[in-house]
Amino acid sequence: MADRTLRGKTAIAGIGETIYYKHGQSPHSEFKLALQAIVKACEDAGISPHDIDGFASYGNDRSDGPRLAAALGVKELKFSNMFWGGGGGGVCGAVGNASAAVATGMADCVVAFRSLAQGQYARYGRSGAAAAVMGEDAFLFPYGVMSPAQRFAMKITRFMHDHGIRQEALRGIALACYHHAQKNPNAVMRGRELDEEKYDASRWIVEPFHHLYDCCQENDGSAAVIVVPADRAKDMAKKPAYVMACGQGGDHRSAAPVHNMPNYPSSHFGKLAPRLYEMAKMSPSDMGIVQCYENFTGGVLMSLIEHGMVKPEEANEFLVKDNLIVEGGRMPLNTSGGNLAECYMHGLELVIESVRQIRGTAINQVKKNDAAIIMGGPMVTPVSSLILGSEATL
Amino acid sequence: MSTHYLPEGLPTPSSGPDGLAAPYWEGTRAGKLRIQKCNGCKAWQWGPEWVCHRCHSFDLGWEDIQGHGRIYSYERPHHPVHSALNGHGPYIAVLVELPAYGNIRMVGNLLGDPLQTVPIGGAVQAVFEPHDSATPPYTLVQWRLV
Ligand SMILES: [Zn+2]
Repeated sequence: MADRTLRGKTAIAGIGETIYYKHGQSPHSEFKLALQAIVKACEDAGISPHDIDGFASYGNDRSDGPRLAAALGVKELKFSNMFWGGGGGGVCGAVGNASAAVATGMADCVVAFRSLAQGQYARYGRSGAAAAVMGEDAFLFPYGVMSPAQRFAMKITRFMHDHGIRQEALRGIALACYHHAQKNPNAVMRGRELDEEKYDASRWIVEPFHHLYDCCQENDGSAAVIVVPADRAKDMAKKPAYVMACGQGGDHRSAAPVHNMPNYPSSHFGKLAPRLYEMAKMSPSDMGIVQCYENFTGGVLMSLIEHGMVKPEEANEFLVKDNLIVEGGRMPLNTSGGNLAECYMHGLELVIESVRQIRGTAINQVKKNDAAIIMGGPMVTPVSSLILGSEATL
Repeated sequence: MSTHYLPEGLPTPSSGPDGLAAPYWEGTRAGKLRIQKCNGCKAWQWGPEWVCHRCHSFDLGWEDIQGHGRIYSYERPHHPVHSALNGHGPYIAVLVELPAYGNIRMVGNLLGDPLQTVPIGGAVQAVFEPHDSATPPYTLVQWRLV
């Protein structure tokens, strides 16, 4: 039996993003945003949208793949896929699912995408006014545990408690993201610098550890990447970003209701990360490009630790702005601004930034740009992560 | 003074059309705290599910338990995300672990000063909080430090 791996079999050949808007500010409908991002990604790849034959998304994206296929005049739809789970847990998984379809010959050109115009629908950080709640919510909402920040904060509280990690480590993460957004013209937080004083003075969303600047924004926009077979990608318009590995899933019973997952203080990457590196045949020290989904900075902290990028006992010392920025930092993080400061595009903007870094066309370009790790949707379940590489990593 | 920790108007619990959690909510109305216990392998299970995650028996019973636990984690939300909480100010939610029952965990509010220091590992006792005038009436389980 051939080696069961995704390693090097597919590549991202095109990337597309709409303008990123503040929440509710998109002049376009959510579905139109999805179309715009996909058309742009096709232009970038030098292909016609007619030649897409598959769609992969996540987070219960409302832009239906088959409708997109009809709207774009796709000749034949061969792959139509939704990754279970909320938020951005599926961001890397959608790229991995697209790659799996392409690597196995189910499809030849699959787009992984996300589209959000939250002004047209319910917001994430506002709970609905529904009078009666059932299922797991019945054990949480009546106690005021409703929003994502409130549902995840106790995981972070316990993790920080267990490892003696201080608020300043989370501040370092936020400062780096905002720093990188300042040069990015498409960043929603461009022109809104963040410093230590402003962070410290910001109001609590959830105490302890969630200041305003520890929490993602909500935004409107869309992003898309085109996945094709590796041997085709090398002859296409842009330098390929090869998919070296993807992992998705959760720890044992990570979806156990009412906070009963056995490994509670976790971003849920502990079991996944070793599989990811094994598939890529790479290690944390190979990753010059590090992109981690910020729903909350505490999730970033746990993700970096569970992916072996930082040791828990070194987190207080290491996670300071100077180490995390592109100008001389030892581990530049979220180099386009990420969910916090570029756009909360549920992490797909992190995948796109990784491709730009590998191509060498990023605004905040890192020097060591052969391998990228992207960590998607910490603390939700399932989560997913991805390693991309240049030709040199094959 | 209200006998409820949080203001009126928050979502109210329902056991839902499938009735999976009905024995729990019937129990709290009667002042009993009860969780699932597998009649096959005797494992404790929480939240409620249709099958035992350990032995896959569908024969799950409900057993009344003592409301003794310890604080496993906590949070103090400040930002109101529901209109009922506008202007209310911070409050405390705790995640309570029950060592005598397989370390299952429950979420509730920690009674008392919302600005108090919350000791992780601190011993807590369940307190029933009836909402008799709700339609239908229900009873929440809250926690106080002992
Ligand atoms: Zn059993």
